[in-house]
Formats: sequence, structure tokens, C-alpha cells
Amino acid sequence: MSVATQSKGKSVKRTRTLVAVLAASGLAVSLAACSSSGGTDSSTKAAAASKPANCANKIIDKDAPEVTLWSWSPTAQVAVDEFNNAHTDVQICWTNAGAGSAEYDKFSTAIAAKKSAPDVVMLETEQLPSFEIKGALVDLTKYGANKVKNDFSAGTLKDISNGAGKGIYAIPDDGGPVAMMYNKDVFDKYGLSVPTTWDEYAAQAQKLKDAGGPAMGDWPSDTPAFAQAMFNQAAGSGKQTFAYSLADKQNLGLDINSAANKKVLSYWTDLVDKKLVSTIGQQTTDFTSALAKGQLATFIAASWEPGHLLNAGIPTGADAPWRVAMLPQWDADKPVQVNWGGSTYAVTAQSAQPKLAAEVAIGLFGDENPKTIGAHFPMHLKAQKADWFVNATDPFFGGQAANKEVWIPAAKGYEGTVYSPFQNYYYTQLTSLLTKTSGGNAKPADALDGLQKTITNYAKSQGFTVK
Amino acid sequence: MTHAGSAVAMKPPRQASAPNEKRSRRASRRRHSIGWIFVAPFGIVFIIFLVVPLIYAFSQSLFSQGLATGTTFTGLGNYAKAFTDPDFLGGVLFVVVFSAVLIPIQMAVSLAAALVLDSLTTRLAKFSRLMIFVPYAIPAVIGALMWGFLYSPSFGPISQFFALFNMSGPDLLSSGNIFGGLLNVVTWQWAGYYMIIIYAALQGIDPTIYEAAKIDGANARQVAIRIKVPLVTAALVLILVFALIGTLQFFTEPTVLTPMANGAIGPAFTPNIYAYNLAFKFSQINYASAVSFALGIIVFIGVYIFLFLTRKKGSFL
Repeated sequence: MSVATQSKGKSVKRTRTLVAVLAASGLAVSLAACSSSGGTDSSTKAAAASKPANCANKIIDKDAPEVTLWSWSPTAQVAVDEFNNAHTDVQICWTNAGAGSAEYDKFSTAIAAKKSAPDVVMLETEQLPSFEIKGALVDLTKYGANKVKNDFSAGTLKDISNGAGKGIYAIPDDGGPVAMMYNKDVFDKYGLSVPTTWDEYAAQAQKLKDAGGPAMGDWPSDTPAFAQAMFNQAAGSGKQTFAYSLADKQNLGLDINSAANKKVLSYWTDLVDKKLVSTIGQQTTDFTSALAKGQLATFIAASWEPGHLLNAGIPTGADAPWRVAMLPQWDADKPVQVNWGGSTYAVTAQSAQPKLAAEVAIGLFGDENPKTIGAHFPMHLKAQKADWFVNATDPFFGGQAANKEVWIPAAKGYEGTVYSPFQNYYYTQLTSLLTKTSGGNAKPADALDGLQKTITNYAKSQGFTVK
Repeated sequence: MTHAGSAVAMKPPRQASAPNEKRSRRASRRRHSIGWIFVAPFGIVFIIFLVVPLIYAFSQSLFSQGLATGTTFTGLGNYAKAFTDPDFLGGVLFVVVFSAVLIPIQMAVSLAAALVLDSLTTRLAKFSRLMIFVPYAIPAVIGALMWGFLYSPSFGPISQFFALFNMSGPDLLSSGNIFGGLLNVVTWQWAGYYMIIIYAALQGIDPTIYEAAKIDGANARQVAIRIKVPLVTAALVLILVFALIGTLQFFTEPTVLTPMANGAIGPAFTPNIYAYNLAFKFSQINYASAVSFALGIIVFIGVYIFLFLTRKKGSFL
């Protein structure tokens, strides 16, 4: 018994000593913390405690509040570092949460869970209405977006304000003006001329096939955004596939089986049937390989495409086979330019610091320079007009001044697009349709009528009134 | 340990005075509580990770959410919608047809391989057994990716083989051929596993039965079909149930092949893929829960009917 008490007494003493040492060292640590930060008040200390721990970048100013950012932009690292170096009021904590749908899946889950969304999120332009309708994004006009309105073209503004033009839900970073890339080696070998209209395109395609050449282009089933861009071009400034405004949430205009869309789908399906164009899926490695092997004479592509093809084994510089020209038109007298892809930065409704988050969304790519631009086509007019951008030559196109000759004029003519509030669903249905029409299992006009019906039913089941 | 043991040992004398039935009741209670302790680790995991999520998913499935409307309670409305939804029913039809074609092929291949390997005792047999089993050891995602490249029209050996004769090979990832393409991937992946199960069952058969059969004049084929197959029926039934459940929940291989298939694998290709897309791509978590439950119901009914039928007949094949 006595032995036990003795040992107990000893252990109590030992514990007390331990606590004292710990307390002393803890005090020392906290004192050290105070001295290093030069006497911060308690509120910033509390903020520092709740700061996110794992950023992909280095925080320069450790006292400033942090804004979390999800972005898969290849130049995000550079832009984030530049931003953090230039700001003392706010710092960005950047994470790459996956590209495109990988990130959207995570963001959607965070919305459903009502927590763990970042403050600022990168979203493709076409996805904005799908998130706006869920109330997941903040209207940035309250936080200074009106001041930067004039930095963008009217077409871009239409994309980010969704309809009525009252709110601004995202700040654009890059866009995707569409043009026609063509393989100069193939064109020279078969004596083709660069088509400026779709009629000429089909005629050159026939000429190429008659001479035993490769496919003129590609009409994939797995890239609905491309088909949609082609639809939008034919629709022009007339009735687009969707009519939707966030100011009038319940009403949705659907014009999927329009004459313009039928014209486009019939045109391409006809080229497929005549075996003038291939039907390789553009999300596959087979497609990249076809581009590299000269099996395609043209590739209708957006401005971001060359950046994706840099490591595809296609020669660049003096030996580069590819050149770029303006998109062929339906009516040469009334050219219509379209956009495919492009991304924006939006502030999430879950953000506890929307003002600072808006500052990040506006400022991150607000001052584009040769280092942050990467392979992007900037939507900021200032950058579009900058000498370094205008006169840049692209080694992918053999040193062609692609920005000045093609991408900038293509972006200038762009008038904006209306996207649906369920773009993912629409795209998967459009993919099924393209699989059927290109496989010869459905007539283009019938297929579009069917799609109009499918999407109408879906919209109704989601509570929309379809006009 | 020794201390605890002595405490237990000391108890019985004290209990000796108590009536017999009381003692046995207390003992059985103690035995019960010990049983619960043994079950607890599994039970807790089972409840937290299966029962609770199931209840949560079911409660989710009773609500309905529209993009333009809010969330409303609709009771079993989502289930009525699911069983009239052409996308869901199309997916169900696909997996049912796929099972009907796949399972017989898989079973024939694995049974044949097991019977052949069982009757051979050479070193080659051991090596072949390992080789047939290897595909199962390859993760399903890697296996599907690999087949995606093998099927590729520009890199794949199939198209290169046909190119030797100046022909273009079949595109096994096109919408017309994807059924066969997937059939091949799944058979390749699972036949080896099923073969091992049957092989193990064959190894458990008493060899004296074969001897008796031989004395009665049965040849090797008769031994295989009349004796071996009936004796491994239980293993075959087990495989069938595994294959049925697995195929009705088909997900991994088509999901991995989707980006390579140029649109041939749609968002509602199988019910599981549909549920996944509904929840994560189309923001319809409530309806996705209902679709998952509806699939669960179909699988349960299917498996129950099957087990009931095989039990009643007493023997399969």
C-alpha cells in the first residue's frame, strides 16, 4: 500500500513539472510569435488560426487575410505569385482541384454539402448559368465589377452577365475565338486553296478526296461544345439555341430544332456520309495522332487548342505544318464569329469574405503580361491591344502572327452566347445525337426534333416554363 | 492475464449456492454480451458505413429538387419517375442483356479452363493457371485503359493486323461494337477468378469417386461432365450470383472507356453510371438516390428469384 502511494506522489510531482515546462515553453512560443509579427491584435490572430493550411503556392504576406482559389490554369502559379507580391491586403491560397468537369463535380458536391467550397472558383463561361441558378455565385457588381466592365467587349459582357445584363457573375480570364487551323503541307501537296465559306470548304474536301488525300476535317461525336459553336455561327445574331435570363429564372426558350441548327447538322453529316471528313473523337489520343500524322487537312479549333498540342509531337517553328485562317462562313458578306470555351473566375456564395474574393477574381488576371498569358487568348481588351500580344508570333503556326491575323479579329466579331442552366445535361444529350447521326442511325432533322423534345421534357421536369 | 484467470476461477464456488436456472440465465447473458463484443467491431462499421448512409439516401430519395423550383417532398414520386424514365430503363435493359450474354460465356470459359487444369498435372498446368488468373490481379481501371489502347484504331494491334491485309479493322469502341468490346474486357478480367473458384471446388472432390467411376468404365469426358460438374454446382451457383450482382452494377469499365469511345458510352449507359451522372453532373442528388435504390431493388429481386429457383431444383445444370 505504502509503496503505491509513494509512487503515485512521485508521478503527480512529475506531471506538475511537465505542465510547468510546457506552459513556460508555450509562453515563450507565443511571445516569440508576438515579437516576430510586431504586435498583432487578437482579431487577426483569430483569422490566422482559421487560415487554410495547404496552399499550392507560397504566401508572401502572412498577416493578410487569405482567399482560397481553385484554378487549373497552366499559368495560375505565376499569376498567383504576382498577385501575392503586389498585395498586402489579401493573399491567395491556390489549389488545383482538377480541370473542367473534375473541378465542377467537386464544386457541385460542395454546394450540395453547403460547405468547403473555395472563395474564388475557375469556371468555364458555358457553365456559369448552371451554377448561377443554384445561387452558388455572387453578383460582383456590389464588389467593384462595374468598374472593370469597360475592360471587356460587349460579347464577353453578355457571357458573364447572363441575359438582362444587370449582374456580373464572373470575371473572364481567357476566351476561345474559333478559327480554322489547316495543314499547309497537305494543302500544298494537293493544291488546295484556303476556304473562306462552308461551300468552298465542302468543295475543297471533295477535291482532296478525289485526289486520294486524307480527310478534310473532323466531325466528332464526343465534343458537343464544338458542334454547339457551329450551331451558334449559323444562328448568328438571330435566334440562338437557348434564350435564358437569370432575371426571369423560370422561363427558358428552346430552339434546338431551328433551321440554322438543321442546316449545320445536315452539312456535316453529309460530309461524314461522303467520307470527306473523319469522325474521330477529339477527346481521344487517336485524334492527336491523326493531327500529328497529317491525316487531317483542317481542324476547326479555338484559340486555346495550340497550347494543348504543344507536346503532341507536332513540329513547331520553321517545320511547323499548321497555319491558321479565319473560320469559314455561311455568308461571306455577313461573317459571324463564335466562341468555344474560355474560362472565368467567380466568387462563391459560401465565401465569408466576398469583397476580398472579388478583388482576387478581378485582379488575378487583370493585368495580363507575357508571363501570365501562357497559351491563353485574353478577354481583357487592354491585353488584346498590347503590343507584345498583337505582334506575338506563334511557333506552332510556323511563326505566323496568329493573334493579329486571326484570333484578335475573330474575338472582335464575337457577339456573345446564351447558355442553358443545365449545359452538362444538354451536352450529354447532344453527344448521343451526334453518335446517332454520324453513325447513320438517324436523319439530322429528325434527330434535332427528337432532341428538342427530350430537352423540353427535361426542362419541364426541372420546373422551367418552356417558351 | 493470470490474474484475470484466477478471478474467474474463484467465481464458481460463490455461485454454487444460487439456484441452477438462475445461474444458467446469468451465464447465457454473459455469453450473449461476450458475443456482442465480438460482433461490435464489424457491427459499428456496418451501421456507420452501410445502414446509416442507406437510410440517409432513402430519405433523400423521397424529396424532389428542380433547378427552377425548390426542394419539395414527393414521397415515392421519384421511384414512379425512375420506373418510367427511358434513360434508366434503357440502362437496366442493357445490363440485363449484357448479363444474359456475358454470364454464360464467362462460366463456360472458366469451367472449361478449370476442368482442363484439374486433369493436368504438368508444370505447364501450374503456369497456365497463374496466367489465366493474372487479369484478375490487374486493377479494373488499368485493365480497361489497356484495352482502350488495344482497341484504338490508330495504335491498336487489331487495326494493325487488319492493315497488313489492306483492310480496316472493326472499331470495337464504336457505338455498334461497344457491346462486344466490353464483353471481351469483362470476360478477360473475371474468367480467371471464377476459374480459381471452380478449380478449388474440384480439388476438394474425393479422388476415390474418380477411381470408382473408372472401374465402372467411365472415360475422362464422362468423369468431367457426369461427376465433376455436378459436384461443383455449389461453386457455379456462387459464381453466377457474383457475376449477376457485378454485371447489374456495371460501372468501372464503361466509365474508364467513355473518353476513348467518341460518344458511344452515354450518360445513362448503365443504371450505376446514370446515378453517378445524375448526382455529380446534373445536380439531381435526390433523383440519383432514388435511381440507386431502384437499382438495388432490381438487383435484390433478381438475385432472390435466382437463389429461390436454384434452391428448389436442388441442383443446377
